Amino acid sequence: MDTYCTLPTVPDTLIEDRQGSILTKGKSKGHISCTSDSLAGAVSQRACVYCGARVVLNPVTDAVHLVHGPIGCATYTWDIRGSLSGGSEMYRNSFSTNLGERDIIFGGEPKLSACIDEIVAKYSPPAIFVYSTCVVGVIGDDIIAVCKEATLRHGIDIIPVESSGFKSGNKVVGYRAAAEALLKLIKPVEGQVVEPSRKLNFLGEYNLGGELWVVKRYLREMGVEINVAFTGDSTVAALKQAPTACLNLVQCTGSMHYVANQLEKTYGIPYMDVNFFGAENTAESLRKIATFYGDEEIRRRAEALIERETGRIRPVLERYRKKLAGKRAAIYVGGAYKAAALIRQLRELGVEIVVTGTQTGKKEEYENLSSMLSEGTILVDDANPAEIERFLREMKVDIMAGGVKERVLAYKLGVGFVDHNHDRKECLAGFEGAATFAEEVYKTACSPVWKHLKKTSEEVRL
Amino acid sequence: MSDQARMVNENQCQMCMPLGGVLAFKGVEGAMALVHGSQGCSTYMRLASVEHYNEPIDIASSSLNEKQTIHGGEGNLRKALDNVLRIYQPAVIGVVTTCLAETIGEDMQRMIKAYTGESSLKGADIIPVNTPSYAGSQSEGFWAATKAIIAHYARPVDKHGGVNVIIPHISPADIREIKRIMDLMGVEYTLLPDYSMTLDRPYGQYSKIAPGGTSREDIARMTGARATIQFGLTCPDELSPGLSLQQEYGVPLINLPLPIGLENTDRFTETLGRIGGRPLPDTLARERGWLLDGMADAHKYNAEGRPVIYGEPELVYAFASVCVENGAYPAAVATGTQSSLLLARVKLLLAEADVQPVLLEKADFAMIDEAAGETNANIAIGHSGGKLLTERRDIPVVRMGFPVHDRIGGQRILSAGYAGTLAFLDRFTNTLLEKKYATYRQLKREELFSQISIEGDQ
Repeated sequence: MDTYCTLPTVPDTLIEDRQGSILTKGKSKGHISCTSDSLAGAVSQRACVYCGARVVLNPVTDAVHLVHGPIGCATYTWDIRGSLSGGSEMYRNSFSTNLGERDIIFGGEPKLSACIDEIVAKYSPPAIFVYSTCVVGVIGDDIIAVCKEATLRHGIDIIPVESSGFKSGNKVVGYRAAAEALLKLIKPVEGQVVEPSRKLNFLGEYNLGGELWVVKRYLREMGVEINVAFTGDSTVAALKQAPTACLNLVQCTGSMHYVANQLEKTYGIPYMDVNFFGAENTAESLRKIATFYGDEEIRRRAEALIERETGRIRPVLERYRKKLAGKRAAIYVGGAYKAAALIRQLRELGVEIVVTGTQTGKKEEYENLSSMLSEGTILVDDANPAEIERFLREMKVDIMAGGVKERVLAYKLGVGFVDHNHDRKECLAGFEGAATFAEEVYKTACSPVWKHLKKTSEEVRL
Repeated sequence: MSDQARMVNENQCQMCMPLGGVLAFKGVEGAMALVHGSQGCSTYMRLASVEHYNEPIDIASSSLNEKQTIHGGEGNLRKALDNVLRIYQPAVIGVVTTCLAETIGEDMQRMIKAYTGESSLKGADIIPVNTPSYAGSQSEGFWAATKAIIAHYARPVDKHGGVNVIIPHISPADIREIKRIMDLMGVEYTLLPDYSMTLDRPYGQYSKIAPGGTSREDIARMTGARATIQFGLTCPDELSPGLSLQQEYGVPLINLPLPIGLENTDRFTETLGRIGGRPLPDTLARERGWLLDGMADAHKYNAEGRPVIYGEPELVYAFASVCVENGAYPAAVATGTQSSLLLARVKLLLAEADVQPVLLEKADFAMIDEAAGETNANIAIGHSGGKLLTERRDIPVVRMGFPVHDRIGGQRILSAGYAGTLAFLDRFTNTLLEKKYATYRQLKREELFSQISIEGDQ
């Protein structure tokens, strides 16, 4: 096997078993080791299967999300996703069967059944997603059977999500569980006719900060309508219309490629990858969509929109590019799709990428990422705080893009931060999102606070 | 008392037991925490803690998965301990369990004994605590871990004049204030668990394990202390660290309410005065004077307050006391965990009140929201979960407790001591005033002007 070249190893800082997951472009040979379970004790940033399932399904706005298990899983995921809704806010409630000791010993099925009944009596939701958690798998609760019975009893979709957290350390398995649940939800009933339409579905878009709405507006201007996003600002009814679409856009590939594949197989709906982060990516994606529809009017409107919008934000990007030129960035996010988007967006601003990593990237995705990066960049899979700390220091990083757990570490090391996490409030998609992104990068990278911090960290030892 | 017998928990008021255990361990010098269970548990605990403390909080996981749950998790636990020792070089590793580990029947004591026996990496004390999340909330986990930490180091020592101080899960700012008061009163103490620095680091050189925390040497001497002051009116006996010190080592236990509120702080300083032999120093006497002055200045505004108080039992009791002594009689008092001790204490506190509050244990926000509506509450005191009350009923929340993730500075919220109580009261009163000023003109128009303008004055 080729030797992997990592940073000069200081004993006890990097775990030996992790060496294969850290590459330096241009220096390391071979492929990055990835998609395996996290190392025990490494303090991976990854969560669990339930996490993967919950983040994908939670934005379904009018469904009830019921977590079957002890209280913790539900509390930790209560309203933590920044998905916005134009209508129902039911998804922002967190329901738990709150299994206690008795339920663990004697089984939790009766309690689950009773909880479902209570929820239906109080809220009459169009659907209920029932998530299983670690213990439920161990004690052998048959949530599939309970949901089936409850569906018959109440006449609404009560769908089990098989997301027992210990199945794998990898939350990608949770994406799959969510996908199966969605496919079950949208499956037409016996005898139902699927009337094809000219609308499209937008898979892997969660409407953080209203990003779906921006894309919807662009497409509408072009003359294209979105049926529903999976799952941003979605309703059960709109999701059930999914089989009628003529095209599926796929943005977050990690969570939705499987769904897109199945929709093609089952309903004959083709899919294409899109990316609305970054001005160039947005233009490219709009053109791809226009080409698909093959309509001259749509194409003309797309070009007009692109020209107008790029013209509008050009001075903004220029202004910030001047101030950000030469800044060094580190990226550590959940999936490769987001990492690729960030690399392009930051490059657009003249920022140099020196570290890139993901929690869940696959081999081909890393190869793609690597091709976008320059020599000497560090590529890392399933990083832990000790590694992130080293990279930030040794690569002299000015700003980092990632999630909440990375942010606090970055600040402790005097590094600016761009929030690209699950609960962000800002819209970073489309042309206006590119301008917002540029402004956010600027506000953190060029903040006056860092010069004080840098001075202090050189003087003060606690 | 609301007698809702609902099964489903809707919008949770508490978190789970191992989280409390982890946070307690963060108060021990040189300690790392390891959660024996699925990876999600530790990552979510990190997320919740990070958002509250705005500090990097590393919590290791044994990353149990399906393979291990059939054959037991020992292999993963050992690997996890190896890696934690190598990377963090901690002096102490606290190992807490999860519902998964407990359900598959992991024998923590045996596994850790076997590990420490064989391990070539000496020096780290590995302390297991059983914290199944279906048996309690983070409050219980915190007590359980503190008790286990003391038990681990407990042995007969020479008696000394120092005092033990055992705290529940309060803010680092409150810890610092309690310590300052004891310093001013000249009392020597060991406070456990002391995360006032480890979970609130000033900016400077970064290290993987934060400096600070109660030292192992000091913990080992707790068995020889003059007395234990424990802020644990709501701590169940079987989890009480102070009680075990009394029963096993004869250290007298003084169970006090948290020093939040005038009366509660008085009880604390009086106790310290008896122990240390010194009267209240001028600094504290002045702070007490300012508090009294502030109470008088604000008493009429505070009388308009009808607070909903929710969260961890010890904090809830303390804040209920503050409200009562300022005439802001609570409309509802709730905790997410089971706590008959809290309810009993609050009943006593409110024995003289005109209107009895709604008392809730094992509460969720559906119940709290309903109680707030029924009782016409106009202000809330508790953690960020209460934002639901703001969104649905326009009830502002004065934040305290854990988690405070939708505001900055959760770790710096000061409510303890005379100065802290006054700081809290200012926040409370000003929240009422903010609402009042924003709405009173409109309300008066609707209430009174509308009645006369009907008669065609305009």
